[in-house]
Amino acid sequence: MNPVKVSNVTVAYDRKPVLQEITFDMPEGKLIGVVGPNGAGKSTLIKAILGLIPTASGTVDIYGKPYKSQRKLVGYVPQRGSVDWDFPTNALDVVLMGRYGHIGWFRRPGKKDTAIALQALDKVGMKEYASRQISQLSGGQQQRVFLARALAQDATVYFMDEPFVGVDAATEKAIISLLNELKAQGKTVLVVHHDLQTVKEYFDWTLLLNKRKIALGPTEEVFTIDNLQKTYGGRLSFLDTQLDPSHVVQS
Amino acid sequence: MSYGAWIMLTGSLVGVTCGIVGCFLILRKMAMLADAISHTVLLGIVLAYLVSHSLEGIYMLVGAGIIGLLTAFLVQVLHTSGVQSDAAIGVVFTSLFAFGVILLSAFAGKVHLDVNHALMGEITFIPWNTLTIGGMNLGPSAVWMLGSVLLINLILIFLFYKEIKISSFDPAMASAIGIPVMFIHYLLMSMVSITTVASFDSVGAILVVAMLIVPGATAYLLTDKLIVMLVISAAIGVIAAIGGYYAALIWNISISGSMASIAGLIFAVTFILSPKHGLMAKLIARRSIVAEQS
Repeated sequence: MNPVKVSNVTVAYDRKPVLQEITFDMPEGKLIGVVGPNGAGKSTLIKAILGLIPTASGTVDIYGKPYKSQRKLVGYVPQRGSVDWDFPTNALDVVLMGRYGHIGWFRRPGKKDTAIALQALDKVGMKEYASRQISQLSGGQQQRVFLARALAQDATVYFMDEPFVGVDAATEKAIISLLNELKAQGKTVLVVHHDLQTVKEYFDWTLLLNKRKIALGPTEEVFTIDNLQKTYGGRLSFLDTQLDPSHVVQS
Repeated sequence: MSYGAWIMLTGSLVGVTCGIVGCFLILRKMAMLADAISHTVLLGIVLAYLVSHSLEGIYMLVGAGIIGLLTAFLVQVLHTSGVQSDAAIGVVFTSLFAFGVILLSAFAGKVHLDVNHALMGEITFIPWNTLTIGGMNLGPSAVWMLGSVLLINLILIFLFYKEIKISSFDPAMASAIGIPVMFIHYLLMSMVSITTVASFDSVGAILVVAMLIVPGATAYLLTDKLIVMLVISAAIGVIAAIGGYYAALIWNISISGSMASIAGLIFAVTFILSPKHGLMAKLIARRSIVAEQS
């Protein structure tokens, strides 16, 4: 069974449609990149799948059932900028929040949860920062804390919203090896991505999105100039410089 | 207990109760909503009196709780339908408060409250308004009311600590994992409402905002741990209450006014001197960075 089945989902803010009639099946055990221009509805798609915003129409199934009954199977990495990093708490505490969905009402995280959280921090190379106040972490480290929190959710399907934005090279590497590890465990990961240069390298499958689904499939099949042109519209000259290897400056 | 001791106990209970709830308002950036609720509960109190013909604490708490929730709900409705959140707060709060003032003036002869009292409070009268059960004098009724509200708040925070924490830090994640973020929001707003009404008689609608916001804002500058922030905030509330009482005695000034002023003073000193987030610490850090670079 497909981990995620999105059928005919439409989302509108006020009267402006943000996503129109989105239908797709996510294949199991793949790393799927979502690309599209600003305002294409990439984050909105994740939020609609997770029931964080109301949909005008359509349904989402996680392993054949509505999201509400499958929450424990799903891990979520929101955009780093969506929270206040001055909140009085430390890295371990944030990662422990990934356990809250498993703990249930009126109970506190126990030793087992702490062990899982520390292990998750270790996997992203942040174990020694466990007791560090979150405002004292760099942007990349904060992103890794968010990833560790998703790992602590111990999910089967992951949704990550722009995890690569504004991170250092070490964090980028850490995220990539983590994604590959998740894939090796047979988990399915959908990542909103902004950097077209790295799509082919990072993702097995690609979803091209601009309010509507332009294409979804194995990256080598759908990540074509033709599809990109459909997704990004007239900004082709910009695409040429991004995709033509002779112009690419290695950073 | 002496007259002064009762006033200090009442003030300290106001400080602790407001200080603890106030931390969550600071962290959720909702100070203005607390301001609104602290005023609109006046309507709740007047309505509760008109319905029950009594000034018993329980009616006041229920009335204020309902109007407090109504305030939070109306603000939410206006905001989600496109009104800017500060404008939504301004419209709802002034309208409900004005309605309360009109009712109060229309039935002024019957209600023992007056607008001035509601706005400013009068902690000096607290020790004479005592609770008597079966002929036994149990001390000021304000102390009992504040004590009960503090207990209710502590129980709710204890029970829902992790839910309040995650929905304050990351509401999107919280609702993704199935935590009812709106329920937690209204729970906190109910706590603010009953806290306000319990503190009303002592410090009034305007200064209760000082007791809700200032200790929490000060504690925020002093610690990086939520639980420590709650404790510091409560402690600052107590210091402000006791310090305010003595300052009022010495200079023969309004007790509630001087309590709020002491709280403001503590904030000002912390803002300048806090080792982690203070003005001085930041200046010194900036200097040392410049010095390193040169």
